[in-house]
Amino acid sequence: MTFFLVASAIKVFLVLNLILVGVALLTLVERRVCAWMQDRLGPNRVGPQGLLQPAADGLKNFLKEETSPAMADKALFTLAPIVSFIPAMLTFGVIPFASPLPTRWGVVPMVVADLPVGFLYILAISSLGVYGIVLAGWASNNKYALLGGLRASAQMISYEIAMGMSTVAVLLLAGNVTLSQVITQQQTGLWFVVPLTVAFLIFFISAFAETNRLPFDLPEAEGELIAGYHTEYSAMKFSMFYIAEYSNMVTASALMATLFFGGWDIPLTTWDSTGDPSVIKTLLTLAAFSAKTIVFLFTYIWVRWTLPRFRYDQLMALGWKVLLPLALIYITVVAVAIWFFRVRLGWTYGPGMAWALGGLNFVLLLVLVLWLDRGRIVSGSVSQEAA
Amino acid sequence: MAIGVKVMKRPTQQTSYLRATLKGMALTFSHLLRPKVTMQYPEEKSSKDWTLASRWRGTHRMLTDEQGRAKCVACGLCPQICPANCIKLVPGEDEEGHRYPLIYEIDEFRCIFCGYCQEVCPEEAIHVGVHYENSEYSRDRFVYDLERLTAQTHPVSTLWDPSDPKGE
Repeated sequence: MTFFLVASAIKVFLVLNLILVGVALLTLVERRVCAWMQDRLGPNRVGPQGLLQPAADGLKNFLKEETSPAMADKALFTLAPIVSFIPAMLTFGVIPFASPLPTRWGVVPMVVADLPVGFLYILAISSLGVYGIVLAGWASNNKYALLGGLRASAQMISYEIAMGMSTVAVLLLAGNVTLSQVITQQQTGLWFVVPLTVAFLIFFISAFAETNRLPFDLPEAEGELIAGYHTEYSAMKFSMFYIAEYSNMVTASALMATLFFGGWDIPLTTWDSTGDPSVIKTLLTLAAFSAKTIVFLFTYIWVRWTLPRFRYDQLMALGWKVLLPLALIYITVVAVAIWFFRVRLGWTYGPGMAWALGGLNFVLLLVLVLWLDRGRIVSGSVSQEAA
Repeated sequence: MAIGVKVMKRPTQQTSYLRATLKGMALTFSHLLRPKVTMQYPEEKSSKDWTLASRWRGTHRMLTDEQGRAKCVACGLCPQICPANCIKLVPGEDEEGHRYPLIYEIDEFRCIFCGYCQEVCPEEAIHVGVHYENSEYSRDRFVYDLERLTAQTHPVSTLWDPSDPKGE
């Protein structure tokens, strides 16, 4: 018991700090990658290659004046950043980030809490973050902020459904929502991105909307709403929204890596998931997990500096008219396929079944792309036929 | 739609969001690897793509003769032509009857850097220079007196030559 408590406390401390440091570095990476994509250099003055820029920014945010609008609801105005910050910090807790670490006192699983409810916990907690945003919009007593908050609530609720639906496919295949079990399944067979490509795509798109990132950053929408829900916030309160947004990004990337890309599994090898746990295995799998997460984080940034923002009706249409029906149809198809393989053919999940499902997904993906390619995702506010 | 917005019927390859997205992603990624255009300003003041033009009209400079005296003969043409009225000139005369400026001051804040003073100067004494870094800690430091004007070392402007408009 003592061992568990001490190990958990150390893990909580490490994970929390790693996330905060990661988020700080991510703000720098975001700015530098953005600059490179625009043929600029980006911030490179504070420290080597600008590495201390986040520290300078943090210091600035601590020293800045805390403004508080005269007509704001003081209590909620203060509460809002906390409400959006805490869920963002909590969600990473269930994601396994490396293979178990052997210590003198016992084997420590490299996950803060291996909850049986697994990613359901993440879905539940991450959608709590929207309260912070809505409260911020409401408490600011500012029209722009309120609009941002309302948009955030509508957007996050809409895409939460598509996201949840896409994870149902994972649930069907893994038969379990515990993330460590999901990873074990992927290690024995194949990464779920092959047998569940379409689910991954839906999850990927929804994750962008869930984290309020471009092309779905309507709650912020600096062109229309100044800064949306955090218009009235300054100093560390603003910074907390910022940290929350970026740590949500980290969690979403880690979740994508875990659910669809084998978590801490090192590709094309089996030695990392079999045999006795060892320190070198833990370190290497941690590196593999970080690499996968970083790839997705880079994609987030890459997409942000490429795509323009959706219009509000396009956002809603994509969520409700494309992603939700697509996810429902996909669940049906995959459920039938899995039933066929499991019950009729008596297969268990392994490379054979994964590739068979992968083939099915490839066909579905082809149909989907052909269908989407006909101007169905984004169109003008007037349909072509009506003109 | 109530108002008659006409939407052109376009082929799929022009309206496809998927293709446009992928194309855009490829473009931004290719830019990620391209050479950067940023000049690291205080360390690097000119590059092969950009350098200060020789016709640049910046901080003034008063040229001097062999004895180190200002070439100015205090004729008064430059304060006369100056559209911003930024040149203060008090002429003086020595025993041999040579005119020289007792006070010659240029207020760099008022100056609009038109270069008329250089164009009008019969002695080629006052010049605008190829130089732009004149930050100071106080406002009164921006009134350059004769001593400071003669102490400048930057190259003088070639101005615009009507017979050679492209500077070739």
